[in-house]
Amino acid sequence: MPEEPRTPVPAPAAAPRPASHPDPVISLRGATASLGGRPVLRGVDLSVHRGEVVALLGANGSGKSTAVRSVVGQVPLSGGELALFGTPGRRFRDWARIGYVPQRTTAASGVPATVREVVSAGRLARRRLAPPRKADRAAVQRALELVGMADRAKDPVGALSGGQHQRVLIARALAGEPELLIMDEPMAGVDLASQEVLAGTLREQVAGGATVLLVLHELGPLEPLIDRAVVLRDGCVVHDGPPPKAVGQHALPGHDHVHPHAAPDAEPIRTGLLT
Amino acid sequence: MLELLTYPFMQRALLAAVLVGITAPAVGIYLVQRRQAIMGDGIGHVALTGVALGFLTGTNPVWTAIAVSALGAVLMELIRWYGKTRGDLALAMLFYGGMAGGVLLINLSPNGSNANLTTYLFGSITTVSQQDVVVISLLAGFVMLITLGLRRQLFAVCQDEEFARVTGLPVRTLNLLLAVTAAVTVTVAMRVVGLLLVSALMVVPVAAAQQATRGFAMTLALAVSIGVVVTLSGTVFSFYENVPPGASIVVLAIGVFAVITALAAPLAKSRARRAAAAEERCTLRDDVLV
Repeated sequence: MPEEPRTPVPAPAAAPRPASHPDPVISLRGATASLGGRPVLRGVDLSVHRGEVVALLGANGSGKSTAVRSVVGQVPLSGGELALFGTPGRRFRDWARIGYVPQRTTAASGVPATVREVVSAGRLARRRLAPPRKADRAAVQRALELVGMADRAKDPVGALSGGQHQRVLIARALAGEPELLIMDEPMAGVDLASQEVLAGTLREQVAGGATVLLVLHELGPLEPLIDRAVVLRDGCVVHDGPPPKAVGQHALPGHDHVHPHAAPDAEPIRTGLLT
Repeated sequence: MLELLTYPFMQRALLAAVLVGITAPAVGIYLVQRRQAIMGDGIGHVALTGVALGFLTGTNPVWTAIAVSALGAVLMELIRWYGKTRGDLALAMLFYGGMAGGVLLINLSPNGSNANLTTYLFGSITTVSQQDVVVISLLAGFVMLITLGLRRQLFAVCQDEEFARVTGLPVRTLNLLLAVTAAVTVTVAMRVVGLLLVSALMVVPVAAAQQATRGFAMTLALAVSIGVVVTLSGTVFSFYENVPPGASIVVLAIGVFAVITALAAPLAKSRARRAAAAEERCTLRDDVLV
């Protein structure tokens, strides 16, 4: 696709929760990035305002994961500008304000680790080299309770199911008590019970004033929470506005979604989960 | 048993053994966590060039070994960052180069021969000098300061590097620090365990400990305990049987691994059965979606 002027982004004021701050929390302007010589982002504009919940949608390979990874500084931009909380990305150091949930990698490593140990790592953004204090331990405990994993705190992460695993990674991000949550496919491979827990957790965070940017493959049970959807296709923004409705997920441009359980009439039930 | 404590050389050897037993698994756990168990082996090979360089220049081999192995460890870390696909070949080359360089240099030095290298390759209890003990204690102190003092930070980096970077941790600095610490540990351990077997003492106690543990802190504590037990008993065994301590220590460590594995396997099986049974009992009705 040739580089062409993109349609202007609709004003974020259209969102149900108008931003109280004029400065966006995340501002990506004309971002370009390549992975292994292949252009993945080809001029992406993305802004997220305080208190907003923005979903980044798109098919596999559309660049949505690269977009969030460039926001958290893990993919270098070859062009364009990034600002976090009004600070240029390169000079941004206030990482404790951001809670990041990477696309699900396994939390298990070569050595066993308990759920609490993994979640405690999320607190390092706040205390750096200092030993943990009472407040740190309390924050970790709160994060564990928020995702309903407090009773599994002493279990090794290697023994968890996919959904529980994801809950641990989200608790790790919440342990730092961030203002901005950035999540890459938090619902991928998550069972329904865990999806419910995660949606509830997210709702509480949003009610508490958190700003959220999340990559989703489909809106699913989070739909009622989403203020705005940004749809990517081949590294370009093709939609920025209200989340696509009901049939939307499957009607999205470039969305070649194949359901392993192939039961289209079972789909609407999932979305009603939170209403 | 107590009579061996009356020999000053045994006192020194046992002290060195304790320090090695603590430091080697304390560093090794991070390498194992990052699935880089082989890194200690590579540093050991490179350190050989450092030892030979000491003989060639007439300086204490401990210092030259530290300098060269730290350089090698940093190089390995850089290869890990930038190497990508050809990384393993570059590492292999570094290993071979370290070994060959050591043998080459030792034979070039005026009063050196392969026999000098043997005590460094497999360890020796009789050659730990008073000066060695002082140096080993200082270096072991540094290793413990890093591996235990920064254990939460190193844990986070080795567990999920991308997440650690986004929390603002100085990941590159911590990785380089870990590489240098591993190199220092190799030098601490080379007198007692030897350069060829030092990696085993970094890895085997950790592997043994994690058969029985569920968390990182417990694994670290148990691995260090196993390390101290096998280095002490291996050194004592070497005193009586006159074999290189490195060999007896590593054979003992593998023995401990086998025993713990044999004991822990039925335990883990029954635990898994219980967990499976619990899941079967409370299937969520929501999953049916009728």
